[in-house]
Amino acid sequence: MDIVFVLEQALTQSIGIQAIIYCLAAAGLNIQFGYTGLLNFGQVAFMIVGGYSIAATVLSFGGSFWTALVVGIISSLILSLILGLPTLRLRADYLAIVTIATSEILRLVVRSVALREWFGGVNGLNGKFAAQFYALNPYQSGIGIGPINFSQNDSWVVTIGWILVAIVILITFLLTRSPWGRILKGIREDEEAIRSLGKSVYWYKMQALMLGGVMGTLAGFIFAIASQSVQPDSYVPDVTFFAYTILLLGGAARVFGPVVGSIIFWFLLVFIGQTLDQTISAGYIPFLTSTQVGPIRFIFVGIGLMCLIIFRPQGIFGDRKELALGGR
Amino acid sequence: MFKRSVSRGLFTSFLLSIFLTVFMGAQASALEGPGITGKISDPSGKPLSGVSITLANDENSVTGVTDQNGQFEIAAPTAGKYLVTIDVSSLPEGISIADPGPQREIVFIQGPKGLIFKTQVGTSADQIIEKRDSKVPQLIVDGLLFGLTIALGAMGLNLIFGTTGLTNFSHGELLTFGAFTAWTLNYLVGLNMLLAVPLSLMMSAFLWGWVQNRYLWKPLRRRGTGLMGMMIVSIGLALTLRYTALATFGGSPRNYNQYAAQPGLNIFGVAVTPKAIILAVIEIVVLAIVLYWLKNSKIGKATRAVRDNPDLASATGIDVERVISYVWTLGAFLAALAGITIGINQDVSWRMGQILLLIMFASVTLGGLGTIYGALIGSLTIGVLIQVSTLVIPTELKTVSALFVMILMLLFRPQGILGKRERVG
Repeated sequence: MDIVFVLEQALTQSIGIQAIIYCLAAAGLNIQFGYTGLLNFGQVAFMIVGGYSIAATVLSFGGSFWTALVVGIISSLILSLILGLPTLRLRADYLAIVTIATSEILRLVVRSVALREWFGGVNGLNGKFAAQFYALNPYQSGIGIGPINFSQNDSWVVTIGWILVAIVILITFLLTRSPWGRILKGIREDEEAIRSLGKSVYWYKMQALMLGGVMGTLAGFIFAIASQSVQPDSYVPDVTFFAYTILLLGGAARVFGPVVGSIIFWFLLVFIGQTLDQTISAGYIPFLTSTQVGPIRFIFVGIGLMCLIIFRPQGIFGDRKELALGGR
Repeated sequence: MFKRSVSRGLFTSFLLSIFLTVFMGAQASALEGPGITGKISDPSGKPLSGVSITLANDENSVTGVTDQNGQFEIAAPTAGKYLVTIDVSSLPEGISIADPGPQREIVFIQGPKGLIFKTQVGTSADQIIEKRDSKVPQLIVDGLLFGLTIALGAMGLNLIFGTTGLTNFSHGELLTFGAFTAWTLNYLVGLNMLLAVPLSLMMSAFLWGWVQNRYLWKPLRRRGTGLMGMMIVSIGLALTLRYTALATFGGSPRNYNQYAAQPGLNIFGVAVTPKAIILAVIEIVVLAIVLYWLKNSKIGKATRAVRDNPDLASATGIDVERVISYVWTLGAFLAALAGITIGINQDVSWRMGQILLLIMFASVTLGGLGTIYGALIGSLTIGVLIQVSTLVIPTELKTVSALFVMILMLLFRPQGILGKRERVG
């Protein structure tokens, strides 16, 4: 087994494009679930909106890349309104059910034959829709620091990606220390108390849903830009749950929770995957084949998520008091 | 009325017999694995070139185009269930695909398969009218049969929610594992289905009901884990089970080696397979027994008491944990029966539970979360709605209609048809 190669891969992926995408998605969940206590199980819906806004605006409607970004943000705000309107007054599990259902509705709609002209059906949209983004790439070749190597295009995506993460984290930091952020935490702890202060709990929840949704849309942007393609079946509900695992791993209601969680999650996922792959192909585990490695990694994610909630709900760096798990 | 009968008349006079035939692949075909091959021609027999045909399922999608002789060949990447779609926009002007439309489901087990589509002269508007008249009873029957199956799952979901407050996101996987247990016993072990089904029902009830509650949920309740935490644990469990199914049984859909293909009976113009009728009878009997048990037996009455108020029930001497244990065992039993039914009527796949879970959620939300009859009414309504909605929306989007109705319901009557107002807030 080539342990050096395995570690190289794991390190590269832990700060790579996937880590950035999930970090942004988890940062959105951090606002919604971590600070406000909203159980959004459909974060992937915002990623669909982000990805398909770019791809469809450029490829199907002939708009520019920059218009597409605006379209994406506006669409995600509209989606928040649609999600929040029927559910934010109701018990937590209704929001969970509606959001997961909406993410599946969106996925089924964009993959449908009826709308293939605009969204490309099951094949999704593939084409150089992010050309205007890559035209700005200042890197002449790929960058490499020690064992970590990125191609020319990936270097640019990773750079912009981490800048976005930094901005999102800074916003989270500033907002959660503002009076606005304290109201969100108050809603998480005791809705009635906040209501008695004359605040509109409903509207604050909606704002949290919108802000977190926009962060999810940014994740969708990076996802689409990095591969220059959107495919409906890469937006299954499980994406949301991986983002939850990341958030809970790093620590919910912690500013750096999503960053720490994402780096560790992707390091472990790639490390386990590569190690299994190599031991299986070397013939050490005769009852498994390499096609089973993918699902086995996700079995670990599921077990990890259960164990986190049961044994360490505050995550690695979290504070147990700052957790909305006792809620209804 | 007048316009309608005129177009009907035109329709029948132009409707010609079989003109688009997808032949069995054995005839002079290069195709060896699963796939479809055939020829497309218009009603006068002239070959149609440039018609696009897509073969797609959850994992793959391949498209083929007919050549100048109207012939095509599409190989499927893996065995399994596919949706065959003829792109109607690629047909020449004035030609369309006759009833039941350009989409068809097909299951490849080994080797190529044949399908028959009919072409016709006429526009799709004629088609819709023809379709609406002949298909409504069929769709309602299909919907009720599907709704009955969903009701089994939804009943368990609602009982567990009612007694423990847990919205169980891993309930769908109970269906999947019930179906796979029966598949293992039937296909791998080689047991007759009449033996495999009762055995797997008992195994599922014990393992996924009693054991799961005893060793996962009971300790969590004792620790005082909040409901939101438990909901996320159920998500983790769902992921674990789903990917365990994928790693163990593979990605392609499986069929039982009995009753897989059965010719349909024609009852008053409605096509139903005998297996679907027998399963429906079993489901109705099981549901009736469960409802009777909940209403009249001691433990059933205790279940309803716990559902109304656990603390009060506990104070009057009801052993709440014992009730919950019964409810989990029953819930897992019902879920396994639902899973096996879907496995027999359609197929078994690792992802079935996830899709069905959302439909079950839609049903219980419609009927009223936590209510017993609500699960039944909601499921039957959703089942019929899903099928009937295909009259106006494409078949591939039929699940969307159920989820959409759920969202509308939450907007206007969040407690559901039978729910009580105070359960919502």
